[in-house]
Amino acid sequence: MDYGSGNVASVKNSFDRLGVENFVSNEVLDILKASHLVLPGVGAFKASMEKIEKKLPIDVLRAQVLLGKPLLGICVGMQVFAESGFEFEIHPGLNLIPGSEVIELPTKVPKPHVGWDSIEIQKSHPILNNIDNGADFYFVHSYFVSKIEDSSLIASCDYGVKFPAVLANNNLIGVQFHPEKSQNNGDTLLQNFVELIA
Amino acid sequence: MKKKRVIPVLLHKEGWLVQSKNFSEYKRLGNAQKAVQRLSEWDSDELIYLDISKTESYTTHRSDTAAPEYDDLSDLLREVSKVARMPITIGGGIKTLYDIEVRLRAGADKISLNRAAIADPSLISSASREFGRQCIVVSIDYDEYGTERHLRVNNKNGTIGNPRSTLDWLLKVEELGAGEILLNSASRDGMKSGYDISFLAKVSEALNIPVIACGGAGKWEHLAEVLTETNVDAVAAANIFHFQDQSVYLARRYLASKGLPVRPPSIQTKKRIN
Repeated sequence: MDYGSGNVASVKNSFDRLGVENFVSNEVLDILKASHLVLPGVGAFKASMEKIEKKLPIDVLRAQVLLGKPLLGICVGMQVFAESGFEFEIHPGLNLIPGSEVIELPTKVPKPHVGWDSIEIQKSHPILNNIDNGADFYFVHSYFVSKIEDSSLIASCDYGVKFPAVLANNNLIGVQFHPEKSQNNGDTLLQNFVELIA
Repeated sequence: MKKKRVIPVLLHKEGWLVQSKNFSEYKRLGNAQKAVQRLSEWDSDELIYLDISKTESYTTHRSDTAAPEYDDLSDLLREVSKVARMPITIGGGIKTLYDIEVRLRAGADKISLNRAAIADPSLISSASREFGRQCIVVSIDYDEYGTERHLRVNNKNGTIGNPRSTLDWLLKVEELGAGEILLNSASRDGMKSGYDISFLAKVSEALNIPVIACGGAGKWEHLAEVLTETNVDAVAAANIFHFQDQSVYLARRYLASKGLPVRPPSIQTKKRIN
């Protein structure tokens, strides 16, 4: 889904390389037609949310998620699933995960958290098929999603604090890292995502 | 555990990849897309792509090289990002938020500000606010004069000496909202004599944001020296990665053998584009 921000081109390139049919759009009919939805993200929470509110048919998106269509949120695209975000100032999110908040990484670690870091798998889930515990993914962020249910936590990463690297809530999948920039591990995850069944 | 990054830098000048020495001599190396493809196959951690063109020309005006030609920087970025499975930071010629948006949309993951940030420091804060500080890299070039480190200010007609302290500017840049610093010793550019260890140690202690060290790599030992003796988050180099097959793989293999926290070396064996 294209909302004028985000690393749309990189995500598209990844799916193209994997041979997965895909298109970039913010049109209602396209969102209804797609089998799987991806919300990419690079940027600040509030700026991203404002663009999403302006460019995307949020009610349609929400309904599609409720109906069970798989949605993958990447980085800020995952953070906006939260109820609210605290980057620069408090701003409401899409509230797809009620009660969750996006907060800053602790002050004791250099920020942003940028580069390759390993994930610790907390729970088996098809999104991590063929991905080893301790696999490296590419992260670039200063904020993370907190206050999610333990049952939604699929993999964590430790950077001053243990935060969700992969979360799953039924058909809602969020990854804090960038699978489109994580080489083999990222490609495997994207392939796993398109194999999820609505 | 978070890994230290090993980052190749590509310099681009008017349609060609170039090798630079002392910021003044340039040797043509070849085609951008092929180089990016190679670095991608060697599972490079990241890529820094700096456009140092003095004109807006992105075509080599050569029909005998069989190399792709590009209309503009966006066109080039779109093409190279198709073959890049790693994050790309693009720098050069960025003056406005619009310039940043165009580059991010064309496939860049991060952008690097240099001259425009010196001319108008508020650009750092507005860019950070709009796109998130994590995608705003501020690139800083400096000259070494004994124990002093003078900020280098590049302008269109060449360079002008500027006695401003590099450390003061670094602290200011962090405060304004930069996400990362690409710190490049112009005095060591292309010299292969090793990195500016003492200054990098000082800077990486003083700043909370990640520092990418650049300038002076001549052998893998130099990379190890930076990662052992300073607190920088990443080590970058240009020339050393361009003249040896599988260079990025070999660099990480060497660093891993020294017990340094880098990503395990790996390599792809896909068919190359022609």
